Amino acid sequence: MAAIFQGVGAAAPLSSSPSNSFDSNKSVFSPRRSFSVSKRVSFAVVRSDGKVNLNPKGRRDQRLIPNAVATNAGSAAASKQGHELLLFEALQEGLEEEMERDPRVCVMGEDVGHYGGSYKVTKGLAKRFGDLRVLDTPIAENSFTGMGIGAAMTGLRPVIEGMNMGFLLLAFNQISNNCGMLHYTSGGQFTIPVVVRGPGGVGRQLGAEHSQRLESYFQSIPGIQMVACSTPYNAKGLMKAAIRSENPVILFEHVLLYNLKERIPDEDYICNLEEAEMVRPGEHVTILTYSRMRYHVMQAAKTLVNKGYDPEVIDIRSLKPFDLYTIGNSVKKTHRVLIVEECMRTGGIGASLTAAITENFNDYLDAPIMCLSSQDVPTPYAGTLEEVTVVQPAQIVTAVEQLCQ
Amino acid sequence: MALSYLRSSSSRSANLLKPLSSSLPLRRHISTDTTPITVETSVPFTSHQCDAPSRSVETNPKELLTFFRDMALMRRMEIAADSLYKAKLIRGFCHLYDGQEAVAVGMEAAITKKDCIITSYRDHCTFIGRGGTLLEVFAELMGRQGGCSKGKGGSMHFYKKDSNFYGGHGIVGAQVPLGCGLAFAQKYSKDETVTFALYGDGAANQGQLFEALNISALWDLPAILVCENNHYGMGTAEWRAAKSPAYYKRGDYVPGLKVDGMDALAVKQACKFAKEHALKNGPIILEMDTYRYHGHSMSDPGSTYRTRDEITGVRQERDPIERIRKLILSHDLATEKELKDIEKEVRKEVDDTITQAKESPMPDPSELFTNVYAKGLGVESFGADRKELRASLP
Repeated sequence: MAAIFQGVGAAAPLSSSPSNSFDSNKSVFSPRRSFSVSKRVSFAVVRSDGKVNLNPKGRRDQRLIPNAVATNAGSAAASKQGHELLLFEALQEGLEEEMERDPRVCVMGEDVGHYGGSYKVTKGLAKRFGDLRVLDTPIAENSFTGMGIGAAMTGLRPVIEGMNMGFLLLAFNQISNNCGMLHYTSGGQFTIPVVVRGPGGVGRQLGAEHSQRLESYFQSIPGIQMVACSTPYNAKGLMKAAIRSENPVILFEHVLLYNLKERIPDEDYICNLEEAEMVRPGEHVTILTYSRMRYHVMQAAKTLVNKGYDPEVIDIRSLKPFDLYTIGNSVKKTHRVLIVEECMRTGGIGASLTAAITENFNDYLDAPIMCLSSQDVPTPYAGTLEEVTVVQPAQIVTAVEQLCQ
Repeated sequence: MALSYLRSSSSRSANLLKPLSSSLPLRRHISTDTTPITVETSVPFTSHQCDAPSRSVETNPKELLTFFRDMALMRRMEIAADSLYKAKLIRGFCHLYDGQEAVAVGMEAAITKKDCIITSYRDHCTFIGRGGTLLEVFAELMGRQGGCSKGKGGSMHFYKKDSNFYGGHGIVGAQVPLGCGLAFAQKYSKDETVTFALYGDGAANQGQLFEALNISALWDLPAILVCENNHYGMGTAEWRAAKSPAYYKRGDYVPGLKVDGMDALAVKQACKFAKEHALKNGPIILEMDTYRYHGHSMSDPGSTYRTRDEITGVRQERDPIERIRKLILSHDLATEKELKDIEKEVRKEVDDTITQAKESPMPDPSELFTNVYAKGLGVESFGADRKELRASLP
């Protein structure tokens, strides 16, 4: 892995491979680095192209690790470090660190300031940074999204929160026409470094209008990037990367994932916006998923392992553009693909992904790609019906069995 | 416009070589003359929730001559664009601003290039006012590389970042929230500058306008919303689209001012007033009572919803260039011949620029994919085949 955190004086063995080289043949997720460095020491930053930056200028906190590894069960060395928190706290931490680091970052949305955010993602920020940086807007999505984009044209970096992703449909014109296209139609004069974020997805009986998955609506807008977070680790990393990115990024969170707990590293890290995450390497079938469905897939994976299958689970994370490199390597290994998503069947992320894989990797497929998505219905209120609307682990198991015949 | 100053001075020195003719006192070099002249605006301002500024505007010969030249240039540019469109060199949509030039030049006279302007798709002349060159305009209209947006924007997408001109927007009314966002950024950075967000009488009925106005008033943003009321929203007259066509009053709690938009000096006075007001008290609405001679766009003849008599009537009585011409002649600042020479010069400039713009090449096919994303942050990130480095750590 490329940029390595070092104590002063010691030069790092340079890794020549780029930081996101996921060789899916190895089990890449066993963190072998032993970080025994104390926190408040002066340091050298070794960059991925080999240059060593001693005393990097200006920035307050230079300890940026592009691929810090979250602890999972297998790592002994890193288990003492890091701190445990919930996903919404991870988002808040990421936001707070970025606001501290760059005075141009501001947050705007409904109830983000004094109330602390309807999902507590912006809790405490208004007290800390003041009313000009954490802005409570009236309920006017179209205009405050437009205002965020206008502010971004001058160089500010607003983080626009939609209380629920579904409300951003009201701002669709601003997101599609102004956010996505201004960099192009101005011939490169303006960049729009906004982050549009909010919770979406099917919750617990929230009703049709509050259970929308808008990934499919936004995916064809040229000029924007879309990412979906699924764990506290990647939530914080993606939030920070999205804020630092010069492009408009839409960060999809999920209502039901806000209370996930995980131990994340203490150091400053970001997650690459265009990279997929290997959740579980395997041999028999590639399961591509994102957001909440990752957990349904992992649940199904337990059953599948007991039945003797070895699924490879990839959390695609980057919904636009797709990380075809990681996905491609996986397809070349397993030759079978199952896509599990919460999006609607028609015109969803799965549909685009199926097309992308077929176009690029058709020769490597032993079976047609299977795509499990939500039913093409408005989400019903009744609990039993709502359960059937989204993909359940049992269906995933059946699908894998069918695929691997 | 420094260039106009130089050209006028050269014609002036040529005149000095000739024997003095009718006007007996030796006329001063008017293009550098900054002796103040006070002019009354054609009609008084009407205000809503504020005190109207005075009708007497201070100006000087240099400014008047600049107004004349700039408006003549804009007029000639729009007419040339009309012919180019009919010759199929400009395609798509082309919305012409002739008749409304006074708004663009009057506004520029009152503000600096640090103040922001954002407008709708009728942006050719506003772009020139902000310092854009004729070549950039024509090249962009014809889709060439030399255009201000490299040929990728077109008529409705002119931008000039270094002089704070934020475009150029195709969707009616969508630029007003953007404009309030610009004002927010100005307040955030404590710049002491203001934003002028221009829109038309058609856009005045958009909900997002009122949303943005509410937020601007709430947060005290230095946003000035300017309604260029040319009385027709495409083919629909204002009285058929708005229950209350008094657009300057529609801000309700936000003060407003109604201005004769065909009088460049009135526009200048109003904008100066508005800038002072916005920096102290928050948003204000200006309604510019103006008129467009062409139809809504090149595909609209402009005569199905209004009579030709109306158009010629306005042209005779309220034309902005004629007003300035009369002013210059009545104050004896230049002879008719000099003004006609300026117009001829302008015409030649436009024609020469068009020839030059026609030679600008079409964009390279690879430009299709540039500027979709900004490269910037990120650890090294590659394309699908590992060949193209897409982003690297800054």
